[in-house]
Amino acid sequence: MKPNAIILTGYGINCEEETAFAFKQAGAKADVVHINDLIDGTKRLLDYQILAIPGGFSYGDDTGSGNALANRIKNNLKEYLYKFIEKDTLTIGICNGCQVLANLGIVPGIDEGSHEPQVAFTHNTSARYEDRWVRLKVEKTNSVFTKGIDFLFIPVAHGEGCFYAPDNMINRIIENRQIALKYAKPDGSLAKGEFPHNPNGALHDVAGITDPTGRVLALMPHPERHIFFTQHPTWTWLKEKYLRENRSLPEQGEGLKVFENAVKWFG
Amino acid sequence: MTYRLHIKSIIPDTRAEVRLKHLCALGLKKEIKKISLVDVYTIDKNFSDQDLEKIGAALSNPVTQKTSFKESLAPQEFSWAIEIGFLPGVTDNVAHTAKESVEDLFKLKFESNEDIYTSQITFITGELTEKNVKDISEDLANPLIQRINIKSSKDFLNDKGMDVVVPKVTLSEKPGVDSVDLNISDTELEQLGQEGILNKDGSRRGPLALSLDYLKAIQGYFKEKKRVPTDAELETLAQTWSEHCKHTIFASSLDDITDGIYKRYIKGATERIRKEKGDKDFCVSVFKDNSGGIVFDDDWIVTDKAETHNSPSALDPYGGAITGIVGVNRDTVGFGKGAKPIINKYGYCFGEPDDTDPLYRGKDRTNKMLSAKRIMEGVIEGVKDGGNQSGIPTPQGFCCFDKRFKGKPLVFVGTIGLIPQQIHKESSWVKKARPGDHIVMLGGRVGKDGIHGATFSSEALTHGSPVSAVQIGDPITQKKFSDAIVKEARDQNLYNSITDNGAGGLSSSIGEMAREAGGCLVYLDKVPLKYPGLAPWEIWISESQERMTVSVPSDKLEAFQALMERRGVESTVIGEFTESRKCEVMYQEKMAIDLDLDFLHDGLPEKVLVSTYHKEKTREPDFPCPLDQTDVFKGMLSRYNICDHSFISYQYDYEVQSGSVLKPLQGKGRVFSPTSVTKPVLTSNKGVVLSQGINPSYSDVDTYHMAASAIDTAIRNIIAAGGTLDHLALLDNFCWCDATDAFRLGQLKEAAKACYDYAVKFGAPFISGKDSMFNDFKGFDKESRPIKISVPPTLLVSSIGVVDDVTKVVSLDAKMSGDLVYVLGETKNELSGSEYFSYVSDQSGQKQLGQAVPQVDADKAKSLYQTLTAAIKEQLVASSLGVGIGGVGVSLAKMAIAGQLGMNLDFSSLKIAGDVTRDDFVLFSETQSRFVVTVNSRQRERFEEIFKDHAFSCIGVVLRDDRFVIKGINGQRVVNSTVKDLTEAYRKTFKGW
Repeated sequence: MKPNAIILTGYGINCEEETAFAFKQAGAKADVVHINDLIDGTKRLLDYQILAIPGGFSYGDDTGSGNALANRIKNNLKEYLYKFIEKDTLTIGICNGCQVLANLGIVPGIDEGSHEPQVAFTHNTSARYEDRWVRLKVEKTNSVFTKGIDFLFIPVAHGEGCFYAPDNMINRIIENRQIALKYAKPDGSLAKGEFPHNPNGALHDVAGITDPTGRVLALMPHPERHIFFTQHPTWTWLKEKYLRENRSLPEQGEGLKVFENAVKWFG
Repeated sequence: MTYRLHIKSIIPDTRAEVRLKHLCALGLKKEIKKISLVDVYTIDKNFSDQDLEKIGAALSNPVTQKTSFKESLAPQEFSWAIEIGFLPGVTDNVAHTAKESVEDLFKLKFESNEDIYTSQITFITGELTEKNVKDISEDLANPLIQRINIKSSKDFLNDKGMDVVVPKVTLSEKPGVDSVDLNISDTELEQLGQEGILNKDGSRRGPLALSLDYLKAIQGYFKEKKRVPTDAELETLAQTWSEHCKHTIFASSLDDITDGIYKRYIKGATERIRKEKGDKDFCVSVFKDNSGGIVFDDDWIVTDKAETHNSPSALDPYGGAITGIVGVNRDTVGFGKGAKPIINKYGYCFGEPDDTDPLYRGKDRTNKMLSAKRIMEGVIEGVKDGGNQSGIPTPQGFCCFDKRFKGKPLVFVGTIGLIPQQIHKESSWVKKARPGDHIVMLGGRVGKDGIHGATFSSEALTHGSPVSAVQIGDPITQKKFSDAIVKEARDQNLYNSITDNGAGGLSSSIGEMAREAGGCLVYLDKVPLKYPGLAPWEIWISESQERMTVSVPSDKLEAFQALMERRGVESTVIGEFTESRKCEVMYQEKMAIDLDLDFLHDGLPEKVLVSTYHKEKTREPDFPCPLDQTDVFKGMLSRYNICDHSFISYQYDYEVQSGSVLKPLQGKGRVFSPTSVTKPVLTSNKGVVLSQGINPSYSDVDTYHMAASAIDTAIRNIIAAGGTLDHLALLDNFCWCDATDAFRLGQLKEAAKACYDYAVKFGAPFISGKDSMFNDFKGFDKESRPIKISVPPTLLVSSIGVVDDVTKVVSLDAKMSGDLVYVLGETKNELSGSEYFSYVSDQSGQKQLGQAVPQVDADKAKSLYQTLTAAIKEQLVASSLGVGIGGVGVSLAKMAIAGQLGMNLDFSSLKIAGDVTRDDFVLFSETQSRFVVTVNSRQRERFEEIFKDHAFSCIGVVLRDDRFVIKGINGQRVVNSTVKDLTEAYRKTFKGW
């Protein structure tokens, strides 16, 4: 089945087009839908199989990044969203979308039905917006999105991506194997908080977490920004290497796998 | 009721730590022990306790924060509390979002007298005097837009917290339309022009910037009409005829150039080039719209526009810069039927950040100017927020430093747009408001912000500069309507024309569109205001941000407004376009403006300008050539104009929209590149190549060659990355000084002539431009002596090219050990105005200017460029960089640092033209039209065959190890270093920024 993905937009979300493009490249259908069209019933969330909340600056990060958009969803779409997530569907929140999912309590989503935030993505320890490429180590989880991937090389671009959870919560997240992605060094070992490998000071190098079912992924880095080989920051160097080894140039980037995994899950 | 919601972090607060570091850097390291922050929302509306609790929860995060309405959440111990909030009427974006969230939470609307305001309390623990705390507060706040309240811990406890302040705008005046008597003496007329219309209380409204001959023309017009003008009419004419809007200096007759330098040299060049290109002409819409447009491929057009926002950025760097970038985005949305902004770019000319000598706008150390460093930080942040929040990547930019930019920085901002060639089977770039169309204002509301912005930037910065000229941007409001326009309304064909509300506000946008239709009738009472009490003339010329004017036919009005409402965008019908040949504006059923369109747009008297020109006599410098250049070499790499500016790139999202191909930082060594490549249509491999050229220091010797070098640089950098002269266009941004002075005009004429000569020779048309003619600071130094600082005459040339296949473009980093290093082009003794001479001047304390400024041989350059384009297409070039500031030496070092690979170089085989006998001159000469490239040694034969008719020299090889060694022209070793050392020198200047 070719799944149908809804890519949310509006109020300053700004990665909707490339996120839709990534899903289409991976073989899904993808519609970019304004959140107000869901609220007024022009479009129905339950008509879709995949929900993506893309990156961006919803409400300019005012009142805390992802907070105001989470409020908009809570105030108007709560029931539909929870019903959607309970079904056999997939949900991915990237960057600003990751912050929204955390603010809605959907990730880590440990205490079922609580819908209160349990973790936070807060100001980078550099107190600055950072656009950097990071190496991610994929942890062993039941996440649909990261299946069969060991490492990912994709960029982060955020000012508030520093993962935080109180002690008891982080312990439960670890116990449940819900940390999906961790920041790593070029050699593959964990960043251990070291800047710039861990670009924001995230606790336990957490770059992304899954819900208990593995069907929801919230991650700060942007897989949709590495769909092409030419997006790799040193692709021109790789190209020279391949040319001299008489190898053909790859066309795809590492991030595409995340979207392909989602499409594959629907068989 | 007024409530104060306090929010405090319960986990270590990064913002507080950074603030502590920042304050310690001010020299208070010993005094300050600790800092903590509390954010405050002041809610001016009645709510029950239960509802307040819900509001607290909605505006905070329970995982990291705690909230209280009852307590200030002050730390247990502290010495001082500083609360900083906005002044009445200043845009408060966070408060705006908070209000929207609260309205959505309870499904209610705030009344016009109810609102939410934000502020922040900084609690400081430490041994600080009141004076210390005052200094700190002035560092944290900008008094032009923010209010400061300071309390000692004792007062804080006595008063039970900070004061409750509701910064509501209250304007007591009941405004109406006033008339202005023009039957006054010439002296009084001049005063009217300089200081503005007289208020009833004897004060003046601020500069009209109308000269006497303009006022006389206005006087004559109303004499003929047998009536006195209204204040709104005078203000409208002042806006429309301002230098900022009419570009009088470029348009007027200058010496023998009777049709003006714009028509003759800039537009004239483009017309000739288009004719010469014939069916290879790629221009679509040039000089007539908000941006210039060229063909991208069969389906798409790319647009480009660069603006300056210098005066506002000098007063409020953050606000000036963010409104600059967000404003130029609207020039994209306002192109044709509306183009989508796809790339932002910037260019900064700053004073040197270590220059701490203060400047004052007022006598006796009053109205202190912000320091060069503070201006720099604010501007960088403003462009960051504007671009990042709008979801537009910023991969392209530059930083240039000169002491003379300290009184007025130059802040260039630009935006590239993308629009389909055809929309509903009509050419997308054609638009026309029609009589009967509704005039719809879209986006933000109107306040007092930015009043007299256009007339203000047409004058030098003095103590009388109005504070209302400062504005703050709200990128999200703009993002909402920008998306609604270019992603929906445009393709549903819901309007006939659209333009931006920039300088001059409604007066300018409606005035322009009225020309398309043939007239306009506007009702100012219908314009939605931020707060009541604005006079009609203020509503008409206010430059409140994030607004556009759209002309919507009756049968589409309902659909248009319904769409805007569903997208959270305010749209208001404020009048209609007519065919009366008049600009008619009503306020409370009274006529506020009734001007003939012809007079409004073309009634200004022609000016005749006269210039003088002579070349300043400069001397060749006299200092010995250092034997070992290694330290000089490292010193050059650490120069402000050459060193690593990557801290800017890392903050700017250069990858959103996913089109990034050549990024701002290249190679494993992450070297800042002068060129970027973007793939704007994700399903196509075509790319947009961008670069910029600027050489203000050459103006000290010769503005003709300054302009020629800027053009060559902008083109050369595009060619270096794989672009082609067959598809390359230019933009001009002149930033001059004191432009009514005959000598400055002479310099301007020379520069404009160079634009014509070189654009024509390269076949690169200008497609858009903007000028800013008065970049002078007039004020006082710390001894209260009058001081005038003029920027060096500056021309920014921006270049935009299209490449067919982005997988063929080349980055600047050296790729593989064993690759051969080539210099393409000849090196001449051209160091006048060079960075090396500045370096030597700074070292010796003696200004070394020299006589030989770089001159461009366009014929040779053009042929070399075509050959390099062909070589890159054949994939013969592994890395490539145009030789710019700092010459071949610096360019090679950048290549090596970027590749993190050493080089062994020998300059004895370097192709030299004329008499250059010194190694330092060879290393750092800034001769134009040269490249350094590296080539796979196996391709040597083919590469040299292609370049056989050009000057080129193979000067060395890329090493496997870290050594970076240069032998001079006589074969002696002159630089002996390592890539590690060079990298450190390159990065140390802005380390920690």
